[in-house]
Formats: sequence, structure tokens, C-alpha cells
Amino acid sequence: MKVDLELEAMLRAPEVEQPSYPPKIITMANGKKMVVREAAREDVPVLLEAVRPTLRIPQDFYDIVGVRLYAELLGWYRYRVRNEYCLIGQVDGYLAGIVNGRMMGEDIGISLHTLAIDRGLRVGSHLFASKMEHHIEYLGQQEVWITAESPIGFRRWMIEYGLEKQTDVQHELGGATSYRLSKELYYETKPRLVVGDRPVPQEYLDVAMKEIKVADEATIREKIIGVK
Amino acid sequence: MRDVAILGVGMIPFGRRDEESLMDMLAHASLNALDDAGMGDKSVDAVYVANMGAGIIQHQTAIASSLVDRLSLLPAAADAVENGPASGGSAVKNGVLAVASGYYDYVLVVGGEKMREVTGWRATDFVSTMTHPEAEYPYGVTLPGMAGMFTRLYMEKYNVTREQIVAVAIKNQEIGILNPYAHIEMVITKEGIMDSPHSVVNNPVGADPLHLYDMCPVSDGAAAVVLCSLEMAQKLGKPKKPLVRVAGFGQATDTHTLQERDDPTDLKAVTLAAKQALDTAKLKPGDIDVAELHDAFTILEIAESEHVGFFKKGEGGKAALAGKTKLGGEMPINVSGGLKARGHPVGATGVAQVVDITWQLRHELDKNRQVKNAKNGMTVNFGGFGNNVLSFVLQRVEQ
Repeated sequence: MKVDLELEAMLRAPEVEQPSYPPKIITMANGKKMVVREAAREDVPVLLEAVRPTLRIPQDFYDIVGVRLYAELLGWYRYRVRNEYCLIGQVDGYLAGIVNGRMMGEDIGISLHTLAIDRGLRVGSHLFASKMEHHIEYLGQQEVWITAESPIGFRRWMIEYGLEKQTDVQHELGGATSYRLSKELYYETKPRLVVGDRPVPQEYLDVAMKEIKVADEATIREKIIGVK
Repeated sequence: MRDVAILGVGMIPFGRRDEESLMDMLAHASLNALDDAGMGDKSVDAVYVANMGAGIIQHQTAIASSLVDRLSLLPAAADAVENGPASGGSAVKNGVLAVASGYYDYVLVVGGEKMREVTGWRATDFVSTMTHPEAEYPYGVTLPGMAGMFTRLYMEKYNVTREQIVAVAIKNQEIGILNPYAHIEMVITKEGIMDSPHSVVNNPVGADPLHLYDMCPVSDGAAAVVLCSLEMAQKLGKPKKPLVRVAGFGQATDTHTLQERDDPTDLKAVTLAAKQALDTAKLKPGDIDVAELHDAFTILEIAESEHVGFFKKGEGGKAALAGKTKLGGEMPINVSGGLKARGHPVGATGVAQVVDITWQLRHELDKNRQVKNAKNGMTVNFGGFGNNVLSFVLQRVEQ
């Protein structure tokens, strides 16, 4: 699509320079290794391929999470969302899950979405934890605002982390209740919820960086819905 | 009393079955069993339907009446059987007694549960309704909580190690992958769930000392068997599949609450039910070639393997770690994946165990899951926390 750069300059919001997320490697329950790393803006078209099948999966609210994540990633790709980042989990190069968020300001981070493609391995838990790690430890923020759009998300984030409910502010995803992870709470919960080794051994990093492999639509549906 | 044969068996894959109602699942499993039995134009005289939670989860009662109509089996007698997680075993027992007594010739027993249409919290609460309504439930007792306390005691008393418990989880998930009916199709490794520091997230504590992978999943599913007298089965002509007879069964109960037992680690009802089943079959634990034990929690496979007499007390965990309970080991246990991997739709489990052992005794499973030359098989269906237990001994009938 041809872009009018003069107009673009008016449409695009100025972005802050964000520190990058250093990749890490996690041993999964099945013994496989998941590399968690930051995706680049140019990776978005591939990520959208993986998200697209979820738009028609109502189970566990994958459709609403998928459609919003799709819009957020596309918005980032087309420079319509400010200060966004995206972390991905890859197993043998294959995309296992995606999380994204953004800096609302210097001190406050916004957790956007968490989407696990490989289910039953706590991919979502690992990636959500990585997202919190990114906000607090690498972006240097004081707190992260979080909301949940599915019971699984609510159980995972609000209960496991013991998040603080905040009634005086609105999470930008809409009217759902907003919760807060403070820096103190993050460090309190970190020993039991945030894991991963750095640096990632080169052979694993090479596979991950070479290509983001995306399973075909039928496989993604089967992984998510679990129907035989 | 007549000898009772298992004329046909059927199951549907366990897991999450969003597109089907409970009645769909029960009908589907029943039709599989009726087809397998080769009933032709014969009808069944009675239907026993095992289920624990339709009244709570689906807000549906009298499901046996509904199922016979759905299956066009009218005017067959129909009863629903609710006995907690032992509902399946109880329904099979009722079917066996009905045929053995000579009152009915052909009986369909089907067990099913649809648990995934509610959240995990609701499912845990629903299962907790089997606990004591005054001494346990109001205090927040759940089955995982009870199993956690039991595990702690059992580990202390019999020196069971975490490594032994983990060995059960790994074994059952490893073979569950080969079972097309299993809910969980995922290998887990000791590194991933125990040794790696990352296991703190992969395998979090659920009910200390039990972790996530020590517990069975919450599943939807159904299984069915068709029973008739052995004599009638043999008169039906040369069967397409080897016949399996119910050589014995046992049932025993224990105190409702764990704290009332002299020794909470002593699963007396398991010992008594298994002994009764073995005695009726005139067999000893050592004669059993393959067993399906109720491993709703990994510790239960170890404890039950000792209480039925496969191993001495304190030896079950060691046996699991040494691979003795694997396929090819000296006492293969839960070669279906057990409740841990096949899943635990509570009303279906007792029936599914009988179905799996029947397949084993017919020697019709794939080589990678078939116990070679299996002749005698056993099940233990554990209700409550061991307060109502059923055990069956099945035997291959050589033609």
C-alpha cells in the first residue's frame, strides 16, 4: 500500500526508545525448550497468520483475545499503536504463544494480550510472566495494569499473582475490571512464577531467529480446541 | 448364579467434548458397545446408567429414562446409578448381578460425565459434594486437598519419595499418548516437571505435596459394556471376538471421613473389595496380568497397587520407579494411561476400566499397548476417598 509520508508524519505518534528484552530459554514440562524473545515489527505479518485461526474459536474466549491481539499487532505494524512491544515463545522454531503490551508512560505499563497456541504446557503462564519481567526489569516501570477477558486469564493472573484490584482507573482495553502488578508484588511473586535461563545457547537462538514457523490452521485449531 | 460374559464394549474419546451433550455422549458410547456386541435384532432387557453430576452440572435428572428412549430401547428397564466416582463400577456390578441372577439376559451398562462445561472451580466443587456435609465440605475440603494430606501421610509412613510419585505420572502420560481414547496426549519428563528449576512454573503445587501433574484432568467422556450370560454368549455361535467373563467382583465401604479411620493410610475398602473379587475368581494377585487402578492422584496408583496385593506396603513406589508397572514390566498397571491420562469423567471411569481390560484380554490392542498373552485382568474403582470401592476380575475365555 502506497503511504503518503507527509500525512504519516502527522498520524504517527512519537515513540520512546524502549530497552529490548533479552531472550531467555525455558525447559517445558515435556522437556522441550522454549525460547522467549522479542519479536520485531517486521515479524508481524507472520504472527498475524498464527492469530487469524483464533478469530473463529469461541472456546475459552480465544475469539475475543485473538481479534484484539490481531488489531493490536496490526496497529503496531502500521504505526497506529504507540510504544507497543511483542514477545513470542518458540519451540523448535514454531510459534507456541504470543504476548504483547505497551508503555502507557514512563512508570506505567499496559498488559495487552496473552495467547497460547500450544496448550497444556503453561506456555501462557511463562509468556505472561515474561511480559511482567519485561515491564518491571527491562522497561524499568513501577507497575503494570492488567485486565482479563477469559476465566483462564483471570485465574492465572489475578489469582496466581494476587494482583491488586484498582477501581479508580480504567484499563485501556475497556470496561473490564482493572488490576495492578506493582514492582514490589512482582519481586514477591517472581521466585515461583518467573523462570528462564540467559543467555540462550546459540544453537537454540539460531533456530528461533532464523524463522518464526507457524503451524497450519487445522493444527492450530486442534492445539487450541483439543478436539480429536 | 450364571456366569456373566462381556459381549461388547465401547467408548468415546475422553477429553473436552464441547459439541456434544451428556446424552449424546452416553448414546454414542452405548451404540459403540452394542455394535461391538453384534446384537443384531436382539434388544437389551435393562440399562444401567452411571453418572454422578448431571443433576448438578446439567440440571438434568432421570437420565436413564432419557437414554433408553434416545436409543429406542423401550421398554427396557432403566436405572441411573449414582455412587460418586465409583458410579461406573456400581453400575457394572448391578448389571452383572441382574444377568447372573437370571432375571435379565442382555444388559447395557453405560457411564458418562460431562464436566468441562463448567469451570475447573465448579468441577472441583461438584466433586467435593461427596465429602462429609458437616465435617468436611463446609470447611473447604476438596478431593485434591484430601489427596494431598493422604500423600503426605503415605510418604512419611512408607518412605515414598517424590521421584516415585513422579514416575507414575510420567509412565501414565507416556502410554496415554498411544491410547486414542485418552484425554491427555502429552509426554512429560522428569526434567520438565521435577528436576529443572523451571518446573516451579511447569508443575506448580496444587495441594502440597501434590503438584499439577500428580492429578487427573477434568474430562468429558463415556464408556459402555453389554453383558449377557456366558452360556448365551457361547450359543450365539462362534464369536467374532474372544469372550471375556466377569470372574469376580468385590465391593466394600469405609468411614465417610478420613479422620475417623484408625489409620488414614490404610485403604481398607480397597483391600476388601480386591480380595473379594480375587477370591470369587479363585485367583491371587500374582495371577493378574494387567490392572486398571483408580489413579485420580498419582499416590493412589502406588497405594492401591499395595492394597490389592501386587506389592508389599512400601514397595509400590519403588516398583513404579523401577519400571515394574510399565507395559512389559512384571505387573503392568494403567496401560490405558489411567485416570491420569485417559481422563476421569467420574461416572464413566469404572466402566472405562472394564472396557480397557476387556480390550486387553481380547488381545486386540496395538502391540505398543497390549500386554502379551493377558488372561486375567483387574480393576479398582475408588469412590469418595476410599469409602466405597469396587473391584472386578475379568478373565479371557479360551474357545
